[in-house]
Amino acid sequence: MPSARSLNRSKLVWPLAALGCLLLFNLFFTPNFFHMEVKEGHLYGNLIDILKNAAPIMLLAIGLTLVIATKGIDISVGSVVAISAGVVAILLGGDLAGHPKYPLAVALIAAVLASTAAGVWNGMLVSRIGLQPIIATLILFVAGRGVAMVLTNAMVIWLYVKPFAIFGQGYWLGLPFSIYLVAGLLLLTALVTRRTAIGLFIESVGINPTAARFSGINAKNILLGVYVFSGFCAGVSGLVVCSTVMSADGNNAGNLFELDAILAVVLGGTSLNGGKFYLLGSMIGALIIQTLTTTIYAFNVAPEISQVVKALVVYAVSLLQSERFRHRIAVAFAKGRAAA
Amino acid sequence: MTRRLLNSRYLSTLVILFLFVLMFGWGSVAYTGFFSLQNFLNLFIDNAYLLILAVGMTFVIISGGIDLSVGSMLGLATMLSASLVQKSHLSPLLVILIVLLNGTVLGFFMGCLIQFFDLPPFIITLAGLYLGRGLCYIVSIDTIGISNDFFQAAAHSQFPVLGDSFVSPSAVIALVVVAIGAYVLRFTRFGRTIYAIGGNEQSALLMGLPVTRTKIAIYALSGFCSALAGIVFTFYTLSGYALDGKGMELDAIATVVIGGTLLTGGAGSVFGTVLGVLVYGTIQVLIVFQGTLNSWWTRIAIGFLVFLFCFLQRLFEARKGTLAVRTTSQVPAVTASGG
Repeated sequence: MPSARSLNRSKLVWPLAALGCLLLFNLFFTPNFFHMEVKEGHLYGNLIDILKNAAPIMLLAIGLTLVIATKGIDISVGSVVAISAGVVAILLGGDLAGHPKYPLAVALIAAVLASTAAGVWNGMLVSRIGLQPIIATLILFVAGRGVAMVLTNAMVIWLYVKPFAIFGQGYWLGLPFSIYLVAGLLLLTALVTRRTAIGLFIESVGINPTAARFSGINAKNILLGVYVFSGFCAGVSGLVVCSTVMSADGNNAGNLFELDAILAVVLGGTSLNGGKFYLLGSMIGALIIQTLTTTIYAFNVAPEISQVVKALVVYAVSLLQSERFRHRIAVAFAKGRAAA
Repeated sequence: MTRRLLNSRYLSTLVILFLFVLMFGWGSVAYTGFFSLQNFLNLFIDNAYLLILAVGMTFVIISGGIDLSVGSMLGLATMLSASLVQKSHLSPLLVILIVLLNGTVLGFFMGCLIQFFDLPPFIITLAGLYLGRGLCYIVSIDTIGISNDFFQAAAHSQFPVLGDSFVSPSAVIALVVVAIGAYVLRFTRFGRTIYAIGGNEQSALLMGLPVTRTKIAIYALSGFCSALAGIVFTFYTLSGYALDGKGMELDAIATVVIGGTLLTGGAGSVFGTVLGVLVYGTIQVLIVFQGTLNSWWTRIAIGFLVFLFCFLQRLFEARKGTLAVRTTSQVPAVTASGG
């Protein structure tokens, strides 16, 4: 008799298997894929790069997992990343000597606050006005990039403030700093959702909002909360993105990130129909996407073509999640057996 | 009559018509040279591709679905046309045929996945967005310029309208698409079935309407429209570039929503969509005439308009007391595989 916990874990089997297959493929076909070395006290290697490059998507996926668990979606996260990057860039300023215009802490807090405010806007539209989540967040998806471009005056702002580089390029105890950010946020989210009833509330709102309301859950505030949190995550992700390239490009920062992040969540086993959510699964999903991209790079295929592979992966995963598809396969299988 | 006009279906179209007249009127008063027939016709010339995309999107959204792939499918169409004309030296008409067929087949493929396996249109067309872009890069990573005579002629010819004013072939194509779209949606069985599916898919199925066939046809149609929009776009830019049409899916959705089509499906019109595109175009022209504002304000203005119209739609729904019905009808209907 498997306990609820082990069932929960078993849901991670598929994403883990997919990641394992990818790594195994690389073990045989990509020379030096698992090679790691220590340079100046930092770990270097493909695996570390995958973790580091996946960090922005992982941060977004944490917030999106909760949103998708409520049967919602947030397609504005990519634009919010651009807003966050834009805010931090204008507050730090493009001073060549590296003197920040405002203290670093002020810039960081302002960027995250701006993104959280974007989340509040999304949350209000969904929970109070009752717009469909895709439309509510479409508004900021369209306008957000405009806001980012207006903030930065449609120019790429280059940053020279050294301490800011830690978020995207820095190392701590031999590992990239962004990994600690992901781990910290993940741990905090897991604690809050799993050690309190909040996770259960989120799932129940996703499964049946009316029933959730009747059982005394404030569905509106839960909805508001997940969108605010998604905005916050997008803000942190924006800091990492901006710091990695030490510039804010309103047009390209976070471009198509929303799609990668949604894909990561879906790959991780959380259904777009809401309900049960798997934070760890989403992280594995993000790693699958990044490993796929890195693998394609390793084969010297133009990185843009990786999108075709990504599309095929999405089709395959959606088919596997489709009950009707599984049913048809089962029927075909049974027929085959009967014939044999 | 006033009662009928104030019916929310007509009201949202009236509001958008009023808004368009207001914006165009304000531009005419504020800026010299704004008020001219040519400036009005330019709205159709410059937004011909968006108009075509939006007509296809109107069909999809009225059926209760969504198509996020149209922007990248437009890009793919420009790349394919440019590559086949410039590099393979095929006859332009043959190229256009191939491109249109390609768009239709890709749309058909996505429609089949959505219908037969009960998959969310959002995810399937999102993957279509990736697929289209990836295929663009497989065709070529560089921009391909088109020097073919036929495409040059299509780009530069002008049909006189009144006095000195003219329209381009692209605008004519777009208007033909609008006319056909409006007719099909309003007066054919196929069109009425789309409304029925958007209203309630299960009821449509129980009424014996061909739900499966229609839903697949809608996505094939949207693919066709994106390919046609891509061809019109090459008339406009005379080149193929893999990033053509980036983000255009959301422009198309935004114009459809501004045009009064309900995102929950079941209500909307091609005429409203045309007005939505005109408002979109007018905002762009106003910002150009204004001169000092960053062109990115267009996106903010569009975002705000989408908000305004969704908000208004929501208010009307609430007044009609259909709030409860709307929320429950969002639960995906489990339908039989027939149709």
